[in-house]
Amino acid sequence: MGGMVERRGWGLWLTHLALIAGLLIVCFPIWVAFVASTVTQPEIVRPPMPLLPGDRFVENYSAALLQGVGAPVWRMLMNSMVMALGITIGKIAISIISAYAIVYFRFPFRMVFFWLIFLTLMLPVEVRIVPTYEVVAGFGMLNSYSGLILPLIASATATFLFRQLFLTIPDELAEAARIDGAGPVRFFIDMVLPMSRTNIAALFVILFIYGWNQYLWPLLITTKPEMNTIVMGLKQIIPTSDDVANWPVIMATAMLAMLPPVLVVIFMQNLFVKGLVESEK
Amino acid sequence: MAEISLRGVRKSYGPTEVIHGVDCEVADGELIVIVGPSGCGKSTLLRMVAGLETISGGEVWIKGRKVNDLEPRERDIAMVFQNYALYPHMSVFDNMAYGLKIARVPRDEIRARVDKAAAMLELAPYLARKPRELSGGQRQRVAMGRAIVRNPAAFLFDEPLSNLDAKLRVQMRMEIKALQRELGVTALYVTHDQVEAMTLADRMIVMNDGRAEQIGRPLEIYDDPASTFVAGFIGSPPMNFLPDGNGLTGVRPEHLRLCAPVEGLVAGRVRFTEALGAETLAHVALDGGGIATVRLDAHAAAREGEAVGLAADPARLYRFDAGGARLRG
Repeated sequence: MGGMVERRGWGLWLTHLALIAGLLIVCFPIWVAFVASTVTQPEIVRPPMPLLPGDRFVENYSAALLQGVGAPVWRMLMNSMVMALGITIGKIAISIISAYAIVYFRFPFRMVFFWLIFLTLMLPVEVRIVPTYEVVAGFGMLNSYSGLILPLIASATATFLFRQLFLTIPDELAEAARIDGAGPVRFFIDMVLPMSRTNIAALFVILFIYGWNQYLWPLLITTKPEMNTIVMGLKQIIPTSDDVANWPVIMATAMLAMLPPVLVVIFMQNLFVKGLVESEK
Repeated sequence: MAEISLRGVRKSYGPTEVIHGVDCEVADGELIVIVGPSGCGKSTLLRMVAGLETISGGEVWIKGRKVNDLEPRERDIAMVFQNYALYPHMSVFDNMAYGLKIARVPRDEIRARVDKAAAMLELAPYLARKPRELSGGQRQRVAMGRAIVRNPAAFLFDEPLSNLDAKLRVQMRMEIKALQRELGVTALYVTHDQVEAMTLADRMIVMNDGRAEQIGRPLEIYDDPASTFVAGFIGSPPMNFLPDGNGLTGVRPEHLRLCAPVEGLVAGRVRFTEALGAETLAHVALDGGGIATVRLDAHAAAREGEAVGLAADPARLYRFDAGGARLRG
């Protein structure tokens, strides 16, 4: 990495100190949640809170995964996974194709379409939630994966991002491919897709987390417990009345809900960082 | 038979016509250089031959076929671009093979053709590399290799050397010429550099403002320019122009010599000299206004500030009318 300033002496210690302090602040609550998910209910309730993991890991996690409140957690995890992947892949597919159309084809009202897409940035799901609900209900898509996924797929941000990327691909490259005999579809598959690889990876991470964290929309359109997502489940698992909250199981559920986005980030961080900083020319 | 022929080729963008009818017959194996200042339409003309721009009027024929409405890939041409336009995510081999793969050439034959081109261009050790791992000159060779493997009826070069440094440019210029001779392929070559044009061309088309001002062999054009534009554009340093009644008289720097102030065509004062080693250029501020350049021997005695006259053999004078057209006889 060329642009980094090299630090020596006390500066080196100071930066590390600041980073470690920040890390502790971020990690402490997660650690506490993890510890809470491995002990018994009485141990949590009795002060002081334990700071070292207990021996109830297997019991608590299997209780969460298999029983849960309403639907078992494994079911909600699967629902969330399907929804997040559906939203991510759908968004990327739709936006890369629309950006390709807008950048490489001349058709009537091209810019009108571009600005229409751009305007939808001002209309997130929360703003159009009632009419969207009406449409989805009309199609009979309540309590279904397509109902969870489709309304969240259109993405002006991703379209815009791909458009900017495509604009940096030199025209001569498209012309060279044309002379080589590549039609629009071949050019897309052989040139545009491989050159967008890192950007697709970066978007995948961002969109997966966006999809995973959806709360309001799933809450609105899923009424059957077996269609609930994990983020909804987190809320439902905490009793509203005077019931006793089973904190170890709640915390186990929270840990499980956090796991997939964390894994996605860890395994894709290399590509993710590349996609953000590097433009392959 | 003409390999490529341009017949009254025109190009307009909306109501603006940018190419006003170019005619040229290119013989088999000929290297034609299209030269002109930027904005003269030379690249547009080439791109119309390639099929990257539509042809607004006239006809383009390649190998006996009218290609006006054919896609670039159907025209049997290959093009080398200014910035090479290599596919960045593909290896050198794949870059060269891509067109053949699309044309569904058998795998063995692709291998053989790419290997042959790579050997010719001394690229064999680099076939597995990505373009970004190559130097400018090597990238340029890959771009040429991509053109060669397709075995086309014509090569089209769009300022292929302008991204290289001066020394490499001279070397690649020679290589392009040698390669073109060896393969015997017809070529159209666009450049704004008149030295490149002079050294490469079998014939050249000097373009100005969307018109072919003159078409001919380099020395023919140099010795017998059709207009002040051609006379001023071809040759370095350019031809000197002296006012002459309504028109202009042109004389090349090497045809002027210094003499006593009263004896020559015009008189002036040496403003400064440039000693280039093999020759010395003297820039003379003329008494009537304007500057003339004189090409002198390396060690000619011309002192800055000296009053001199400029003389020339009358046979070496070119006369032009007020519109810039050559007056002959």
